[in-house]
Amino acid sequence: MSEATAEVSYLEHGHSLKSWLLTTDHKRIAILYFLSITLFFFVGGAAAALIRIDLLTPEADLMSNEGYNRAFTLHGVIMVWFFLIPSIPNTFGNFLVPLMIGARDLAFPRLNLLSWYIYMVGGLFTIAVLVLGGVDTGWTFYTPLSSMFANGNVILAATAIFVVGFSSILTGLNFIVTVHRLRCPGMTWGRLPLFVWSIYATSLILVLATPVLSITLVLIAAERLFGIGVFNPALGGDPLLYQHLFWFYSHPAVYIMILPALGVISELVATAARKPVFGYRFVAGSSIAIAILGFLVWGHHMFVAGQSMYASAVFSFLSLAVAVPSGIKVYNWTATLYKGHIALDPPFLFAMSFIGLFVVGGMTGLILAMLAVDVHVHDTYFVVAHFHYIMVGGTVSAYFGALHYWWPKMMGRMLPLVWGRLSAIFIFLGFNLTFFPQFILGYLGMPRRYHVYPAEFQTLHVLSSAGASVLGLAYLLPFTYLLYSLRHGGKAPPNPWGATGLEWTVPSPPPQHNFHELPTVDGPPYQYPVEVDGEREAAHG
Amino acid sequence: MNRLLTFWAGQASHHAGQVDTLFLGLAVLAVLLSAPVFILITWFAVKYRRGKPADRTHAVNRNVWLEVSWAAIPFLATVAFYLWSTGLFIDLYQPPAEALAINAVGKQWMWKFQHPGGQAEINELHVPAGQAVVVTLASQDVIHSLFVPALRLKQDVVPGRYTRLWFRADAAGSYALVCAQFCGTDHAVMGGQLVVQTPADYARWLAAAGTDGSLAAQGAVLFRQMGCSGCHGAASTVHAPPLEGLYGRPVPLANGQVVTADDQYLRDSILLPQAQVAAGYPAIMPTYQNVLGEEDVLKLVAYIKSLANAQPGGGHE
Amino acid sequence: MADTAQARQRETTLMGMYLFLGSEIMLFGGLFAVALALRLMHPQEIVAASKHLHYGIGAANTVVLLTSSLAVALAVAAAEAGKIKGTVVGLQAGAGLGIGFLALKAVEYVSEYHERLLPALAPPEAFANPAAHLFMDLYLIATSLHAVHVTIGVGLLAGLALRVHHRSLALPRQATGVEVVGLYWHLVDVIWIFLYPVLYLVR
Ligand code: HEA
Ligand code: HEA
Ligand code: HEC
Ligand code: CUA
Ligand SMILES: [Cu+2]
Repeated sequence: MSEATAEVSYLEHGHSLKSWLLTTDHKRIAILYFLSITLFFFVGGAAAALIRIDLLTPEADLMSNEGYNRAFTLHGVIMVWFFLIPSIPNTFGNFLVPLMIGARDLAFPRLNLLSWYIYMVGGLFTIAVLVLGGVDTGWTFYTPLSSMFANGNVILAATAIFVVGFSSILTGLNFIVTVHRLRCPGMTWGRLPLFVWSIYATSLILVLATPVLSITLVLIAAERLFGIGVFNPALGGDPLLYQHLFWFYSHPAVYIMILPALGVISELVATAARKPVFGYRFVAGSSIAIAILGFLVWGHHMFVAGQSMYASAVFSFLSLAVAVPSGIKVYNWTATLYKGHIALDPPFLFAMSFIGLFVVGGMTGLILAMLAVDVHVHDTYFVVAHFHYIMVGGTVSAYFGALHYWWPKMMGRMLPLVWGRLSAIFIFLGFNLTFFPQFILGYLGMPRRYHVYPAEFQTLHVLSSAGASVLGLAYLLPFTYLLYSLRHGGKAPPNPWGATGLEWTVPSPPPQHNFHELPTVDGPPYQYPVEVDGEREAAHG
Repeated sequence: MNRLLTFWAGQASHHAGQVDTLFLGLAVLAVLLSAPVFILITWFAVKYRRGKPADRTHAVNRNVWLEVSWAAIPFLATVAFYLWSTGLFIDLYQPPAEALAINAVGKQWMWKFQHPGGQAEINELHVPAGQAVVVTLASQDVIHSLFVPALRLKQDVVPGRYTRLWFRADAAGSYALVCAQFCGTDHAVMGGQLVVQTPADYARWLAAAGTDGSLAAQGAVLFRQMGCSGCHGAASTVHAPPLEGLYGRPVPLANGQVVTADDQYLRDSILLPQAQVAAGYPAIMPTYQNVLGEEDVLKLVAYIKSLANAQPGGGHE
Repeated sequence: MADTAQARQRETTLMGMYLFLGSEIMLFGGLFAVALALRLMHPQEIVAASKHLHYGIGAANTVVLLTSSLAVALAVAAAEAGKIKGTVVGLQAGAGLGIGFLALKAVEYVSEYHERLLPALAPPEAFANPAAHLFMDLYLIATSLHAVHVTIGVGLLAGLALRVHHRSLALPRQATGVEVVGLYWHLVDVIWIFLYPVLYLVR
């Protein structure tokens, strides 16, 4: 009896809608997240498309000032809270953490499902904001603009983010407890896959930083409804207090967005090179270091906001310190490749493009942390380019890398490698064409959040919009061939890439309860070589 | 190379040149620190392609000293730049004493400037070349940010407080002046020109621009109109502090603190009189929050500042 | 074997609760940061405004909450020992005292309303100065957010008491449920212990 059911994969186990909507299986919940996040990616992407079309000419031809302001606000809000923050943790984290540590599920499976429903309620609020005419404050909701002057649906938007915050908190809590309590025998902390380390560090931030955002949003709503005055100088409040609260959350939040990606890349690099990650301890520890240091640098968003000169000097210095653990990761990955057996499969191409773009984004972050330079480039396209390099070039590339790498495991189907390689290359090229010109624009003085601009800037804007269309199409590509592979792809063996890690020891797709018998681990992670070489060749034909 | 960066923004001050140099230095540093990564990854990907014969013996999995060094060396390199950049930044907080004082008010969606002589202009700022200028910034509504790319300078304008921006433009010409902080519907068109003129041209411009008397004189008029003199005037019977000689002096407060009577203090005394009550006086001064705009307040402040060297009871020393 | 599985389950649940409480602390932490900032900006006015609060009622409420915490702690101990009666009584006492807290709080709000101290209901002129108004706003937000937590806690305690009474929660096997709610209740108590001095005793 248990023999037979164990062989049924989680995908086959019930086909009714109910079996999906009421599932507590972490793998199915991962799929639910995957679908909903993809939807929001396209909504956010459509807003980006509108922005880039509008910026083709210096005049306002596609959208009015109000329309444009709403477009970039929704673009930012949706991309940050409804796509990027949940992207890797809630899909791949959900799917993989129990598999990687040898557990049957997360510690609180029902809470996990609840998180998804909360996420969807938040999402519905966002759609409501969109339908009711949008919101025009920027994703940063600076006061007093948001609290007293803006005329969009600020309260509804704040509610949406407030609600989705609960989903984040519960997800983070679930991961932390799972990693602490459900590791299989022999899976010591020193043997955890690096992806699990990074999800663990991310979860710490999710649990501790998100509530600060929640209370800040409550204050904004109260300010707007009742005029309580905490952020209103005329009533004795202080608008900068808002910025401190917001960035106290939002700077750590950028590490929520990058840490899971860093974890993914560690896995991809090790598998591609068939070597243990160089300096496992440093790479694992740097995730925790980033999570902790990340709480100390929020003031670098406020260098020209009127905070004290001394505060700025301190925040600038700490921002340099936070770059050190990121640097360790990058250099250690490079060292991992040395004398490896490198396969240029799609996941690795995405990893390479991640490393390149993350380094550019990170180094420009360092430049932004330099006070005298930031005074000039703050709130210009230089900043826009910086964060897209990290968030889109970095995290989204890692997300696609993870999608290609674990797709056979999740769906049980192989994907067309050639198309995978092509889309990695197109995304890389389209990305650079879109966002590199923005560094130059920014340094020349093009402010962000402008729908009209001086004619001198047009050439660079046109380049950027051209790049965005390449990028948009390149993003569509994987969705077509991945969908295609569901029907026509070859059946995936348990370990198509010849990787280490417990998730590769179970069938693809995994059975409902993951493991027949809980595994036991008796050695360090990433013990290459793995004896499955023939399989990959055979499977890919 | 510097030329390349200046085709639109222009370089209107010595500071701008220094920022460009710093930026180029940082760009070089960024290339130096990231080039090894780019080159090695590509090289390894080619050299150690799977299935390709290569010497793979003695591959190591860790080397603590190596790791510490590639954490420490880049960090130390950036610390050198940190010192350089922070030095430049601190200069921005130290305007020279003789700087020409200009007031600016940001409001949705325009900039209003006023010169010490009382000349007012909108979305355009005329300044003399070669002279230090310090702009005191106030906001009438939301946060704005005064940004002059050619000066490589910007400063947020925050409601409820004065911020400052100082510069010394060297090269005569017109430069873009914009709002960099998102401030609502027409944020993108809230801007104009910074016109840097030779001192002679500037003097001519000042003379041509109409004015109802100097800023301080306009403040003096308001001081009477708004009834301030009824309490603070020499003849007043109300127990209110004299404002002559107040500016720049330490003021003991009723709560025991001592603050310096700077621009911010004067502003708060007018708009939020209950916040900091001068010691020994009743807290009877009404607020002018809903009566006076930021521009009027700036005029009153200019007037009170002009009394800095006067004796209580009228008359200059 | 069954015992260790149960013990593991218990620790897992407790750990989840501790993390949740950590995030609750950060939630109120944001409010405390705002209170600190206001205090630094307007020391005098805040002290003056704080003097208008009924620190007697606040103190009484502190005692009520502390006692209820004690009752809940006893209930947890009884639950672990499998004593159904003791558990039910402890939980009921905790919930009852929680209701008492809410009642006192309501009395306080009403009297503040009559003294025209309650923001949103009183005109701005009723306050000595904007900072005092601001302080009362913060007072209202913080205490009502706390009251929401108390209400949830009362609901949880009462629900548990009912389930234990009807044996739908088997003791001591499922004592963890009681323990977890107990933790939550203690946190609600602890938050009040911080709110009380920050709001009432800054004088
Ligand atoms: C995933 C998101 C993400 C990440 C990971 C980062 C990472 C970093 N960010 Fe970025 N940032 C954003 C998203 C992100 N940022 C967003 C969204 C904004 C704008 C918000 C808004 O206003 O709307 C922003 C804005 C922003 C500013 C404010 C700009 C302004 O508004 O004026 C600053 C200033 O210091 C900054 C700095 C940094 C630094 C120092 C890092 C570091 O963590 C980077 C570390 C990485 C590296 C340095 C590269 C790899 C390292 C090496 C190759 C080794 C060699 C280097 C050394 C050790 C020195 N960021
Ligand atoms: C977090 C993730 C994230 C992601 C993934 C992106 C993705 C993109 N972003 Fe976004 N961006 C932000 C986060 C993100 N952004 C934030 C936080 C801001 C600041 C907002 C603010 O100022 O408040 C911002 C602001 C921002 C601006 C500045 C606006 C301004 O200041 O005036 C621009 C301008 O070029 C831009 C462009 C793009 C582009 C071209 C993409 C592309 O990568 C998107 C590519 C994807 C697609 C295009 C979707 C797939 C294709 C289709 C759906 C085709 C069909 C479309 C149509 C038929 C219309 N973004
Ligand atoms: C009803 C009487 C009254 C009027 C009208 C009045 N003030 Fe005052 N003012 C006072 C009193 C009393 C004080 C001292 C107590 C305090 O600091 O609030 C004071 C303090 C000040 C201070 C701080 C002086 C110090 O020594 O610290 C300034 C500046 C000031 N007033 C400017 C003005 C201006 C400008 C106006 C008009 C727009 C004005 N006042 C109108 C009564 C008045
Ligand atoms: Cu004013 Cu933007
Ligand atoms: Cu940051």
